[in-house]
Amino acid sequence: MSQVVGGDGAVGSVPVDEQGGRRPNHVWRIVGIWVVLSVVGDLVFWFVAGPHVPPGTMTTTASGAQFDFNVLFVVALPVILGVWTYLVYAIVMWRASRWVGEGDPVRGPTARSNLKVQVAWIVTTTITVLAMFVFGTVELIVPAGAGGAEGPNPVWTPASKSILPIQVIAQQWQFTYRYPTFGGMETNNLIVPNDTTIAFHVTSLDVIHSFWAYQLGVKADANPSVDDVAYTKTRQTGTVTIRCSELCGIWHGAMFDYGKVVSKAEFMKWGIATEKALAANTKNLPPFAWTYVPDANGASGVYADTSGQAPYSKTQKYGATKAAQKIVKSPTTVTTTATATSSTATATSATTSTATSAIRKLTRQASGTTL
Amino acid sequence: MSLDIAPPPDRIGVVEPPTRGPLARRPAWLSQHIGTAAIGAVAGYALGHYLGNTIASGYVHVQTAAENDLAVVLGLALGVVGWLLGIGVFNYPIAKMFGRKPAEVPEAANWTRYVRMSLDHKTVGLQYLIAVFTFLFTGGLLAMAIRTELLSPTSHIYGPGTYISIVGEHGTIMMMMASSLVVGPLGNWLVPLMIGSRRMAFPRIEAASFWIFSSGYFVILTALPLGGFPTGWTGYAPLQTQADVGMDAYLVGFFVIGTGMILAGFNLLVTVIHYRAPGLTWGRVPVFVWSIIATSALLALATPTLAVACYFGILDRTATTQLYVNIHGGNSYLWEDLFWFFGHPEVYIMALPGFGIVAEILPVFTRKPLFGYRVATAGMIGVALLSFFVWQHHLFQSGIDPAMRPLFMLTTELISIPTGFIYLVGMGTLWKAKIRFEVPMLFALALYFNFLLGGVSGVFLSDVPVNVTVHGGFFVLSHFHYTIMGGLVFGFFAGVYYWTPKLTGKMLNKKLGKLHFWAMFIFFNLTFFPMFLIGLFDQPRRVFEYANRLQTLNDFASVCAFLLGASFLIFVVNFVWSVFINPVATAPANPWGSKGLEWQTPTPVPPYNFERIPVVLSDPYTYGEVGAPPVADLTGAAFATVGAPPRPVDGGSGAHTYPPAGGPGQDQ
Repeated sequence: MSQVVGGDGAVGSVPVDEQGGRRPNHVWRIVGIWVVLSVVGDLVFWFVAGPHVPPGTMTTTASGAQFDFNVLFVVALPVILGVWTYLVYAIVMWRASRWVGEGDPVRGPTARSNLKVQVAWIVTTTITVLAMFVFGTVELIVPAGAGGAEGPNPVWTPASKSILPIQVIAQQWQFTYRYPTFGGMETNNLIVPNDTTIAFHVTSLDVIHSFWAYQLGVKADANPSVDDVAYTKTRQTGTVTIRCSELCGIWHGAMFDYGKVVSKAEFMKWGIATEKALAANTKNLPPFAWTYVPDANGASGVYADTSGQAPYSKTQKYGATKAAQKIVKSPTTVTTTATATSSTATATSATTSTATSAIRKLTRQASGTTL
Repeated sequence: MSLDIAPPPDRIGVVEPPTRGPLARRPAWLSQHIGTAAIGAVAGYALGHYLGNTIASGYVHVQTAAENDLAVVLGLALGVVGWLLGIGVFNYPIAKMFGRKPAEVPEAANWTRYVRMSLDHKTVGLQYLIAVFTFLFTGGLLAMAIRTELLSPTSHIYGPGTYISIVGEHGTIMMMMASSLVVGPLGNWLVPLMIGSRRMAFPRIEAASFWIFSSGYFVILTALPLGGFPTGWTGYAPLQTQADVGMDAYLVGFFVIGTGMILAGFNLLVTVIHYRAPGLTWGRVPVFVWSIIATSALLALATPTLAVACYFGILDRTATTQLYVNIHGGNSYLWEDLFWFFGHPEVYIMALPGFGIVAEILPVFTRKPLFGYRVATAGMIGVALLSFFVWQHHLFQSGIDPAMRPLFMLTTELISIPTGFIYLVGMGTLWKAKIRFEVPMLFALALYFNFLLGGVSGVFLSDVPVNVTVHGGFFVLSHFHYTIMGGLVFGFFAGVYYWTPKLTGKMLNKKLGKLHFWAMFIFFNLTFFPMFLIGLFDQPRRVFEYANRLQTLNDFASVCAFLLGASFLIFVVNFVWSVFINPVATAPANPWGSKGLEWQTPTPVPPYNFERIPVVLSDPYTYGEVGAPPVADLTGAAFATVGAPPRPVDGGSGAHTYPPAGGPGQDQ
């Protein structure tokens, strides 16, 4: 190589800053600027912006997402600043207008490759990437899927013994919610108790939607004939924005509503009252199931005024893939008992616990998995 | 070699075509051009529509003619066939089939060759250039329409159906455009020149790929009069099955474009492998050609999956198969898997050529050799390979088996390692360089700036817990606009400003070029950076209504988007004025002082490119290297020196035989 290329620095064309006695150490200059910018940037981000990063801290998964985003950002910012610092430095320092002398820069073979630099670059990026992967995997598995969709057979489940199941039914273009532990009642608004582990069972009656409970840090696609499960644990009360985040047809943009996280006692009160109020309606609903196959009367996906039609056919037998009637019954009984003893949080927890364990048992049987 | 390709250069223009017999040139009124193609397309559509109505009008699910998917699908398919028949793509195979000698149509000398089927890769390249600009500006206007609607969170300009059709058209047209943006015009035009070949391996396939590509434009646009399609460019399945006939235009359109992409990729791959000039060892192949190799491999291997997916969709809609319908034994995940199995390599089809262009340009404007040539090629090949193993990161929230999630998180994050190679190469080349800020260099540097944000935000998306928040929102939208527009489109414009002097013989105006650059760079970033925030603050993609609190950010993005759109007008003015109107500024043969082989040819490049097949002596990055040989010997003198091989300058072992025995695949 050197034969053809000529010796390193054989011809005296050097940039202006290398003439004379002191050669500036570009590496240390760039590193210096980079370290200062990165440290300042990371600290400012972590302490000023970090606590406000979406999706907030309303649930464990939301806090987890916020923490993960912040960690990734703190790693990513120095990467971005490093490249930018270098580019800006190069643009300022090594422009042709600062060049004196004739001809092109001659650097010899080092201009073509530099083993040390290349190995260092590859090793550094590889370590960074692998570290991010390990971090991401831990943060995915430990919080039981981190609020993301786990499909009908979740591999990572919360340790909690009392999990409140809530079914999210998506259809063009709204979400409705069924509470199997309250007689399978169906509501238009999501009400969630605070300080509770929740399993969202997301399904669709027509096309693919995506249930995005923004502040809860939960997102799960709603697929027809699929029971898509996502877990979270609430930690604060407040309002929740729910949007569909998978294009589902022309009114996709209008498919949103608002939910609430309320205290356990309030939730219990609301649940029992609503179950009673909706009892007549619930009777007409298809029995609670993990998935539904709508008939021509309901959610056929035609954009037309369906306000006059019943959402479900009274006569049609819905294609429940797993028997669920039994599940609904026992918690209902328990709930009634709880009402009689004017229960509060403890009773709720007991209620949901019974229901959940029953459901989980059935799910396990149905899916043939062992946990 | 067949007779219509590459006559010896001294006989070009000497042979008069016979006036009678099968070889006779057709009279003008019988010649084939874009007009006959249009007639063929219309006739084909009418025939197909008639056939479809005849076959399917009695079906239960076809209630009115407007719902007859079969009529629309057959109409569009036969329309494409008619277009190709009309332009003459099938003349050669048909003549061969009947045992006749195919008629020879010499290349027209004037501009009309651009509206005819041409076997000259330079003509096809410019045809592609016109076509991709048509795609780009159509898609850009649709983007302006989207941003106009998003000026207000609640009051609307279009109905929701119109809006979603505009969104779908924008996405689909841009994806179609972007997959051929560099490979089509610059790939076809430059690759034979860069590898010292007189032509592509399969000139007829090359021409066919262009005319298929151009027909796709009309097919996808027919979706609008047919009522549009509600699925966006991703076409998710149960919605796709449910949609009206506009969906057929999407499915047929992607199928057609996919066919063109497969042919183009295959052709380029074979050309590079077999048509390199003697001496052009793999260690000397220009890095732009490497990026085309990687891209072509993806085009040839990934796109068939798209064609299959579209074919299944068409079957579901016309023959009422239920491949994507869960309750009847199909599966909606099937479309998602097939589509993204194509779709993710497609993303790199849209990124790699941009990397190739900037890596090719940087040495010219830094007057230094490319740093880490092998790292650059390894990066491109690595990205291409890994891109087949990441598709399920689009399905992180889909409810597909969660056990696969860590694996796809790993593969997705791994891809940032070879992508990082591209940065190492760029930064190493800039080290202590002598940077000239010509317009191509500005665009090349901007790619490094923009793509960084696109790439790093991709790591956020690949992290499953963070993905829960950012999936399906404007964050994703911003991410892929930063990679495709900030990467590929900026790289493409770097290439256009860089190679236009060779392509057209005219220099583009530098002042207007700089104005274009700064407008595009600033307003691109001002448009798309706020969208990261919009996405984090819970705005899903493809919505026409959003939270009131996000109006300021959205309006800001919209206004900047309009200015970004206007920046393209500067380019159009520059291009039209410099190339067509300005009579003086004829470009020198090598205005940038490049060592690339393509710049060693005279401007305009003669037919069949090289009088003699050049003998390549070095890679084209020997800037500032004393005693380096010229990139190639164009005069044939080097043939006299066979047996005294100069040592290769690419740091190789020096064991290359020179020139390589046989000089693979050179015609004549």
